[in-house]
Amino acid sequence: MPEIDTTSDIMEHKKGAPIKDPLKERDSLQDKPFAVYEPSKGLSLKLKELVEFHELIYFLTWRDLKVRYKQTALGVIWAVLQPFLTMVVFTIFFGNLAKIQSDGVPYPIFSFAALLPWQFFANSVTNSSNSLVNNSSLITKIYFPRLAMPLSSILGGLVDFAVAFIVFIGMMIYYDIKPTLAILTLPLFILLAVATSFAISLWLSAINVKYRDVRYTIPFLTQLWLFLTPIAYPSSLVPEKWRVIYGLNPMAGVVEGFRWALLGQTGQDWGIITASVIIVIALLIGGLAYFKRMERTFADII
Amino acid sequence: MSEQAIKVIKIGKRYSIGERIQYGTLRESVISFTSNALSRFRKKPVENTGPGISPNGGTGNTQNFIWSLKDVSFEVKKGEIIGIIGNNGAGKSTLLKLISGITEPTEGRIEIYGRIGSLLEVGTGFHPELTGKENIYLNGAILGMKRREIERKFDEIVDFSGIDRFIDTPVKYYSSGMRVRLGFSVAAHLEPDILILDEVLAVGDAAFQKKCLGKIDNIASSEGRTVLFVSHDLAAIRSLCHRTILFEDGQIKADGPTSEVVDMYLRSMDSIEDLDIKERKDFDRRSDLSVIPTFLKVENLVAEKPIRPTSQIIIKLGYRSNNPVNNLNIQLKIKDSKTNQIITTLDSDGSTCFPKEIPSEGTLICITHPIYFTSGMCRIDLRLIRGSDVAFKLENAGSFSVEDEFVYGTSNTTRYYGMFLLEHEWSFASE
Repeated sequence: MPEIDTTSDIMEHKKGAPIKDPLKERDSLQDKPFAVYEPSKGLSLKLKELVEFHELIYFLTWRDLKVRYKQTALGVIWAVLQPFLTMVVFTIFFGNLAKIQSDGVPYPIFSFAALLPWQFFANSVTNSSNSLVNNSSLITKIYFPRLAMPLSSILGGLVDFAVAFIVFIGMMIYYDIKPTLAILTLPLFILLAVATSFAISLWLSAINVKYRDVRYTIPFLTQLWLFLTPIAYPSSLVPEKWRVIYGLNPMAGVVEGFRWALLGQTGQDWGIITASVIIVIALLIGGLAYFKRMERTFADII
Repeated sequence: MSEQAIKVIKIGKRYSIGERIQYGTLRESVISFTSNALSRFRKKPVENTGPGISPNGGTGNTQNFIWSLKDVSFEVKKGEIIGIIGNNGAGKSTLLKLISGITEPTEGRIEIYGRIGSLLEVGTGFHPELTGKENIYLNGAILGMKRREIERKFDEIVDFSGIDRFIDTPVKYYSSGMRVRLGFSVAAHLEPDILILDEVLAVGDAAFQKKCLGKIDNIASSEGRTVLFVSHDLAAIRSLCHRTILFEDGQIKADGPTSEVVDMYLRSMDSIEDLDIKERKDFDRRSDLSVIPTFLKVENLVAEKPIRPTSQIIIKLGYRSNNPVNNLNIQLKIKDSKTNQIITTLDSDGSTCFPKEIPSEGTLICITHPIYFTSGMCRIDLRLIRGSDVAFKLENAGSFSVEDEFVYGTSNTTRYYGMFLLEHEWSFASE
């Protein structure tokens, strides 16, 4: 049986069906090349390569963390101070003075639960958007999967997130808030936060290589974005018919999810979360495609 | 049949002019996008210009591009040590970047058979805030070493660098020499199948350079690794590589046994620098200077003989002016091929020199004592000085090559052993 199959195959070739490139055929007889570089046509993510370079990602993350708190007096306390002080300011102005409702939990913990993912997002996006440009000497001198750069900046942010989270646990105890079963879903929302940060970073870091305008846009962008996200206020303030559109801001979904998982509040708007998940997946796929397309020219134009 | 390590098939790399120097701003891009869209709207058929990386989307205007490499093909077998030489801008660095995978060829195909380690710059990715030890790990990882591998070789690396006392000091407090030593030490302990080196030896002190050369030789010969070695240091190329490829204007000019290719390169370089100064444009000149140097030639004082370490040389400088020349003050700097300065001549306005006023056209002559330079290329920078200002400056105004010679019992008179030869005797003292 197999013999017949092969002959018919050969016959087909002889009839003038697509003939194999003789060059390629010769290659297949020899050892397969370890690597081939040629002008790329299609889109290949080469995610396998990222796995191969996981140690590099680890070391870059480790470097970012080490360097970030070297020669600082407070060190890793900064990871806590940022969200904590923001929470204090929010509590005074929005909680006490403006009397914004906080869905039945004390305002400080209401805002801190949202600031946790927000700070992670804002810092990750800021760091990783500049990651390629700041490491231009590496990009032009060494080959490695370029995705490792924004990725490791985000992983570094996760460590800060973990530190701030410990403070949050302390606050939960202080305000005597018992976690509900919903807390089991927290890893999913952390994943959503990571995916959101990564998606945005893919776009911004790749654009930044060509247009340094990004560098100046980011502080402004994160500031605006903070107010477009239900951090200082509950999403219930947003009129119902606008909520799904509101969810197009993926961080709205992340924050809603965090509040639900951590504080066990009911009345979360699942429309927002669903819209956010969908938009994040779209941004992520688009971002990967864009990054991969631009990646070829990084070393030439950075 | 020996196995191959690298196969380069008709590759080309195109850059847009100015791409490396400036990056666009969003505004420019928006403008060019709209104008492109408009022109597309006006004339229907849009020609596709292929993999253009032009900032304005490739409008098919070939004048905006330069080919850094064009139609380059060669193969390298396993275990070969290949030297790559050529003038600046000949495409050597681009080639290494393509082979390392840092950037993508515009056309053609490169096949690599084995793990590549490229060292385009010593100490790439060093972070000044981190300690020497931390940087060894970071740099190792960046160069593609596994963590275990670094741990295993850590002591060896520190040992080779010779800076074990400072290993826990942040690198920002290191001298540049120490950084280079550490960087090279990490790289030297890479174990790729194919090692790519670009000008790494252009730094560091002579002793360390020698150590590096030895190490590279070791890596390549005893461990059977393939090495691509780009350098302007022709002596190093000669001593390390059996085969050399010469690049010129983005193409392979010659590919063959090192001695032949290097000689060919030297001849071609001579022909450039033999260009009379008046035909060159790369000088700095103050506008109020009336005198113009026309040529600079270096010869053995004994005409027609090659220059050797014990030769006296004669440097001839032609000049021209509209009027008789007053107070001409010339300074020559002699450099080796790596632009290390060997000597600077005395200013020519000293009392023993030519008269204060010289005719409007002629030749000035400088005769030396035996030079005792070790063998290799030398280049001369020319300066004319007015008061305390440099009124005319031309780098590499002339060049000469010092040949090997049998002096004080050895014919090893290359730059590898230093810049100068010094007659000396050893003896035994009984105390």
